[in-house]
Amino acid sequence: MTTIVGAKTRGSGARIGDSPTRPDATAKVQGRFAFSSDLWADGMLWGKTLRSPHPYARIIGIDVSGAWKIAGVEAVITADDVPGQLTYGLISSDQPVFAVDVVRYVGEPVAAVAADHPETCRRALDAIVVTYEVLTPLTDPERAIAGNDDPIHPDGNILRHQRVILGDADAGGDVVVEGEYAIGMQDQAFLGLEAALALPDPGGAGVELFIATQWLHEDRKQIAACLGLSEEKVRLTLGGVGGAFGAREDISLQVHCCLLALHTTRPVKMQYGRDESFFGHVHRHPATIRMRHHAQSDGTLVKVEARMLFDGGAYASTSSAVLINAVTHAVGPYRCANAVIDGWAARTNNPPCGAMRGFGVVQACFAHESQMDKLAVACGLDPVELRLRNVIQAGDVLPTGQVLESVAPVVRVIEETAALPMPPALGDDPMHWPGGAGRTADRTHVQRGVGFAVAMKNLMYSEGFDDYSTARCRLESNMATLKFATAEVGQGFVVIAAQIARTLLGVDDVVLEPIDTTIGSAGSTSASRQTWMSGGAVDAACRAVRERLFEDVASRWAIDPVRLVIEGSDVVDSIDGQRVSVADATEGRRFEETVEYRHRPTEHLDELGRGACHVAFAFVAHRAVVDVDPELGLVKVVQIATAQDVGRALHPLSVLGQIEGGIAQGLGLAVMEEIVIEGGRIRNPSFTDYLLPTTLDAPVVVYSLVEEPDPQAPLGAKGVGEPPCISSTPAIVAAIRAATGRALTRIPVRPQDICL
Amino acid sequence: MTVLVPESLEEALDVLARTPDATVLAGGTDAMVEVNFGHRHPRSVVSISRIAALKGWHHDVVESNVRIGAGVTYTELMEQPLATLLPALAEAARTVGSPQIRNAGTIGGNLVTCSPAGDALPVLSALDATIELASAAGQRQLSIHDFMVGVKRTALEPGEIVVAATVPVLAGGQCYAKVGVRNAMVISTASAAIVTDPEARFVNIALGAVGPTIIRARDAESWIADRVDWNGAPVADEVAREFGERVAAEARPIDDHRSTAAYRRHAVSVLARRLLVRALRP
Amino acid sequence: MSNEQYRLRVNGSEHDVRDAWVGESLLYVLRERLGLPGAKGACEQGECGSCSVLVDGTLVCACLVLAASAVGQDITTVEGLGDETAVTDVQQAFIEMGAVQCGFCTPGLVVAVHDLLDHHESPTDLEVREALSGNLCRCTGYGRIFAAVEAAIERRAAAPS
Repeated sequence: MTTIVGAKTRGSGARIGDSPTRPDATAKVQGRFAFSSDLWADGMLWGKTLRSPHPYARIIGIDVSGAWKIAGVEAVITADDVPGQLTYGLISSDQPVFAVDVVRYVGEPVAAVAADHPETCRRALDAIVVTYEVLTPLTDPERAIAGNDDPIHPDGNILRHQRVILGDADAGGDVVVEGEYAIGMQDQAFLGLEAALALPDPGGAGVELFIATQWLHEDRKQIAACLGLSEEKVRLTLGGVGGAFGAREDISLQVHCCLLALHTTRPVKMQYGRDESFFGHVHRHPATIRMRHHAQSDGTLVKVEARMLFDGGAYASTSSAVLINAVTHAVGPYRCANAVIDGWAARTNNPPCGAMRGFGVVQACFAHESQMDKLAVACGLDPVELRLRNVIQAGDVLPTGQVLESVAPVVRVIEETAALPMPPALGDDPMHWPGGAGRTADRTHVQRGVGFAVAMKNLMYSEGFDDYSTARCRLESNMATLKFATAEVGQGFVVIAAQIARTLLGVDDVVLEPIDTTIGSAGSTSASRQTWMSGGAVDAACRAVRERLFEDVASRWAIDPVRLVIEGSDVVDSIDGQRVSVADATEGRRFEETVEYRHRPTEHLDELGRGACHVAFAFVAHRAVVDVDPELGLVKVVQIATAQDVGRALHPLSVLGQIEGGIAQGLGLAVMEEIVIEGGRIRNPSFTDYLLPTTLDAPVVVYSLVEEPDPQAPLGAKGVGEPPCISSTPAIVAAIRAATGRALTRIPVRPQDICL
Repeated sequence: MTVLVPESLEEALDVLARTPDATVLAGGTDAMVEVNFGHRHPRSVVSISRIAALKGWHHDVVESNVRIGAGVTYTELMEQPLATLLPALAEAARTVGSPQIRNAGTIGGNLVTCSPAGDALPVLSALDATIELASAAGQRQLSIHDFMVGVKRTALEPGEIVVAATVPVLAGGQCYAKVGVRNAMVISTASAAIVTDPEARFVNIALGAVGPTIIRARDAESWIADRVDWNGAPVADEVAREFGERVAAEARPIDDHRSTAAYRRHAVSVLARRLLVRALRP
Repeated sequence: MSNEQYRLRVNGSEHDVRDAWVGESLLYVLRERLGLPGAKGACEQGECGSCSVLVDGTLVCACLVLAASAVGQDITTVEGLGDETAVTDVQQAFIEMGAVQCGFCTPGLVVAVHDLLDHHESPTDLEVREALSGNLCRCTGYGRIFAAVEAAIERRAAAPS
């Protein structure tokens, strides 16, 4: 084996609030960091998946005999070879490991092979003959919720319906604006493709899986059930993860890889190509949202009505939770006494959708911010002024009836964003203009526009989920060792964890143990939750260890341990000033504690959408400056200004990295990123046609961190990952509207939407 | 050995005569994608990337033309002094993919792939390039208009490779522009190349990604040739506009996952108008 | 299917490749046969730059190079830029400026930035952006990467030549 994870790393110095270098950075710049796709084992086979070419079809027969005739093929498996549960799923177990009798989307796994070479695998897949009876796919989510079609799955065609009703449904105002908004299907498009290496135990009694995932323990639970093994027989270690953004929350190749390893009793590696990745993971839900805003003539919101339809695709994944985020965030960060919100998540024969950064709030925010701009026009107000008149504040009531308990510096994020410097005028080099390298525009063809948007985003898991994270801290001989199962997907939890330990324990050396399932769950690296949750767990474990240390020192000094504090690298008696270095105090001693951290409980929504379903919220504002070539419909995003409510920046450089990275994804959704679906088929499953922003598309980002520590948060820090990609999108679209006068109600905005 | 890297043209042609189904590999930027994606399962490969005869270019001052070896890369097309001799080709090369792609991809590869979105092709078409082909049986020359047959289809015979393209050096302005949704590294949704010659008094315009192969808007060309003031006065707005509309009328775009026919037709109209003004700008 | 034999020169060392399939890319051979996984595969069609390497000093995507056709050429990968104990100035700048998140694009970017700075002492912001336009990053939005390139340029300018 080559090295598995670069997790065991020492660092020195920096405490909370500094920006020390990441423990994995050196290995990553040298190409020595082992991503899951870099893993290799002696005698290893390659695995590949055969997928459905049809959006909806009955399987008449599968003839795998042709594949077995190819030299080098060691296993060919189908649903018949799944020893345990035939389905998996994050919230409901409705998705088959391999299709049974019917396929419900293009790309659904039907069979898998293991062979000595990827090319042998490709030829083996070509040799499998599947006979289908093609059925008429259900691809329109409106039809799915209308209920007139036969169910395409035993669980029905409606994944969830949820209303949120607040106040007086008949309330009205002087001004009414309405619109219908469409959001296209976005892909997470992490660069590090799905990959895993499975090592079977002798005799097939168990399996070890090295996997790039967001949540080791949830994966293990689902894998073990499908393999028919107890969870302790399935051991997972985090393989290096090349980005996630929600796409690694669901099972993709995990079960297939383990099955092939158990069947062949040899190590099996699977890794998707880019095209397969588009079929192998869930995407951001496309949605259609109608909204009607009622306000007084001074701009004060009176009532918000919304109808939100999310296309969940063929399987449930996290659709029900995404929908809850959408309906509970439909009003946005604004005070409004009356709301009538109706949301649906539909099941169709389109590709399954689930988690992506922003999780339902992205879609809602595009609609409510587009509406706020319309309302500003209708009331004759500046868009920033209209928003300031309606901002929500701590203590206000949300549409669910939940009282907003988070620190809520909405006024600050708006005002600080608006105050950030504007960019210089159009530059001289055409490469900077809309159309960029294509040299389509001359200077006179370019129009500039400015747009503004604000968002709120819930943090952590909602609706009664038992959301916790586990961490262990060991302190011995002036060194702290941390153990957790928190998936490091690139966000930098590994650096923050070490900062927490250094700050609390006064040590320089912190060792991070491998990230695996030999400790309790850390929950998912999603929902902007790990800094709060796993940060909270590491914080609590370090504090518990510090108590043991203080007790030990106090007993030697015969004093009350509450008198002791850590100052720099010393334990100090806060009353008489006596001190001992942590190095001396821990010499030959060992203190160890394991802690589970939980956030406060939340409630389910009732039928009318009432309930304190969320834990906490973060707020953000974005101002976009764009240059547009209105005649060709081409856009260059020049600058994004943003102020973000971060609670407390534990590692400011990483916060900035999240802000800039999230903005780039928001930009992608605004003007270029869309999985194009026709009749249930993805038309652009490649990086040639699914376009990610390049260096020449990335805007300059100017920013301000709003630091008002949240007393609920263990470290005062709010999650920072999702907010940057939420209101950046509507801000950019608003700026394009300002430059062109076009209504632009769907994203991504396409050239023809601007100029035809 | 089933991968051959010949250093002479004769050797390459000899091998291809014996194994006409071999995959011919130049820069690899198109062919290797097909191999990686399992769309092509090569049994033998002839890499022509080290054949000296396919490299470099020659400016014939007497004939006032440039013969560009098929192995010349996009990066080389962007370099001086070639970029000054053939500015539209340099502009087109700069829009191709990324620096990595431009370092590997060749003008010969662009011709053989013959994608309607190939960036060098509208320029070669506007310049009425002559394409030199060679096989073990001998050499022949074809007009680019006869070389490009359809969507990714050329007049290339088995065992034959593209050796060079020869284009005239013109005195007038020339330029290339392409529309893509991204500001770099994007396949064109519509493109146009325009070349002008104040002595011979012609305007040639070729369109990319708006038909099965590159389209020359010949009716628009003859219409505009009489309406240009070849003594250097700027083109009147209404003339440029009508030229754009006439060019667009000759496009044959389709709807696909990258764009719509209506947008493409509109885009070439805008590009034709702008490029005309740009090319004739004093 | 697999019977190709050839020898590649990577980072100054000769490597024998045996029993290879004719269609293997340089990226595949580096990663799966030569134990050099520094070049990463994220698109296999030259659209992401994660597999950037130098072949005879020219920056290319290893996924688009047929491995067997690179016989006799000098191949440099990210592993050949520094060594285990010493990072290059570009690598150091990436580490310090926060240019690394998930790190999957990082080796390709490091190779591309070395190639840029070895040819241009002081590229402008726009030249940097154009030179790196073939290297996709999904995590950073490129801001910290530009900061790292700027830092590397400044340090080279300040260093005694």
